[in-house]
Amino acid sequence: MRFVIALPFAWLAVFFLLPLILVLGLSFGTNAPDLAPPVELGVSFASFKLLFTDDLYLAAWLSSLRIAAVSTLGTLLLGYPMAYAIARARPSLRPLLLTLVILPFWTSFLIRVYAWMGLLSENGILNQFLRWSGLSSHPGTILGTEWAVHLGIVYAYLPFMVLPLYSSLEKLDWSLLEAASDLGARPLPAFLTVTLPLSLPGIIAGCLMVFIPAVGEFVIPDLLGGTRTLMIGKVLWDEFFTNSDWPLASAVAICLLILLVGPIVIFQRHQQRSLERT
Amino acid sequence: MNETIVRLEGVTKRFGEVQAVAGVDLEIARGELFALLGGSGCGKTTLLRMMAGFETPDSGRVVIDGQDMTGVPPHKRPVNMMFQSYALFPHLDVAGNVGYGLKREGVPKAEIAQRVAEVLNLVKLDGLGARRPAQLSGGQRQRVALARALVKRPKLLLLDEPLAALDRKLREGTRFEMVRLQEQLGLTFVVVTHDQEEAMSMATRLAVMNAGRIAQTGSPHDLYERPASRFVADFIGIANILQTGTRRWLALRPEKVVLSSQRPATAHAATGKVIDIAYEGDRSLYRVAIENGPVMLVAVMNIARAHGSAHRRGDTVWLGWSEDAGQVLDE
Repeated sequence: MRFVIALPFAWLAVFFLLPLILVLGLSFGTNAPDLAPPVELGVSFASFKLLFTDDLYLAAWLSSLRIAAVSTLGTLLLGYPMAYAIARARPSLRPLLLTLVILPFWTSFLIRVYAWMGLLSENGILNQFLRWSGLSSHPGTILGTEWAVHLGIVYAYLPFMVLPLYSSLEKLDWSLLEAASDLGARPLPAFLTVTLPLSLPGIIAGCLMVFIPAVGEFVIPDLLGGTRTLMIGKVLWDEFFTNSDWPLASAVAICLLILLVGPIVIFQRHQQRSLERT
Repeated sequence: MNETIVRLEGVTKRFGEVQAVAGVDLEIARGELFALLGGSGCGKTTLLRMMAGFETPDSGRVVIDGQDMTGVPPHKRPVNMMFQSYALFPHLDVAGNVGYGLKREGVPKAEIAQRVAEVLNLVKLDGLGARRPAQLSGGQRQRVALARALVKRPKLLLLDEPLAALDRKLREGTRFEMVRLQEQLGLTFVVVTHDQEEAMSMATRLAVMNAGRIAQTGSPHDLYERPASRFVADFIGIANILQTGTRRWLALRPEKVVLSSQRPATAHAATGKVIDIAYEGDRSLYRVAIENGPVMLVAVMNIARAHGSAHRRGDTVWLGWSEDAGQVLDE
């Protein structure tokens, strides 16, 4: 019994806590290109100082937050009607619809992002279709722009939005909407005053599950966004692999973690409070 | 009879294979406390939901206060409903729940606060406006649901099994409380219930439903003393149903039969053996097997303290009833 309880803690200690401590240690080191690994351990704040003074990093932070925020909003606007429709579908149909939402996970993430390259490139399927149908003879190219990144994030993270939304909408007592209607609420006010507030936990959970990984996303901006899209995940990659600056890369990772832990803590407090209330 | 507030004309409703309502004509007068009584699946709730606007009849008309409301959505009807599950908004406090309908109407805030306070006083929930539904007892939630339905002063208040979720003790007190409110406010109540005792004690008039149709409409007294069919006689209270000819029956209430050891001087008499006695405190119910006949139920009031039940199991006894004690039925 004790072993069973100890197992997850041991797992977390070895694969989460230990690496975190290593990264934290590295972030206070200094870059030493001649050593292997290229770090001289110590207590130096140089990497953090650079992060907060060099405009590149600030720009990358802001751009990441903006892209993640816009993409999260897009995912919410697309995911909410989907989750709502699934929650209101015949009970026998719901498992099938949920499976369809999860189905893309059965294909490698990387392959799916490459598929978007094929769709969005200059001579990609989308542009071929536009030219063939005569809708546009000189269509622009979406690939390599921020639009492609938004599209990619919305596509890739949609299930993470739909599932928590579905689970909160599925629990919703539909007789509450009948009560609202009975008391004189038209469909839209009924939605805004009953469905929306009661699905708020699902909205928050879904948004966090999309927003948090999207801020640190590397693959999608790298493959779909081209060189013009600046995101902190790409900066981290470049510092680590191109510049071999392990302390700076570690400092970026630590800051990213701190930035993202904030919203999670707020969310959990909110959950706790709503649990206490009911 | 007073002015009609609801008129159902030839209303039908089918859900897939099930004919929930199979042609109902019904008139309810202003100020009545009308009960729709029937077993589960008899169509009473569907009928109520058609008055509220949650279901549209397949055919027929729903006329409320002289206006054809057949296809009108719930939010445009001068009708409010109290749900069986209460359907209180869990994210709003009591005042928010009760004031919800007024807010949708655009009533000014100060007036909402005043009217909410008034109606909370009416249902004896003063000072609980800031509580959440989850912080209330079952009886308090029931009264919030009632207050929320009352606050808009609807022309018609629909109540779907309003007492079903309460425990027995609370139910009786609440029943009288609701009758008091209905009389005090002069509103029209339509109550759906499966509990015949509840329907009989509350309603000024009731309709007994069976298989999507109304079996009989009348005052509680009418339905008990002059049932129109074996179904109604059997559904309301207890009845001995004796076949007296081809397609002719006599419905005889247990308390209308006299039990004695000698042949009584009544118009009708039969002798039999006591096979069972159910002592119920105020009365005893005897099951008597008539010689070459059916088993009959007889109720005897236990007026004297000393005896308990006067006859024993296995005793041969006489049953007697007068000419007009029962109701002759042909269906």
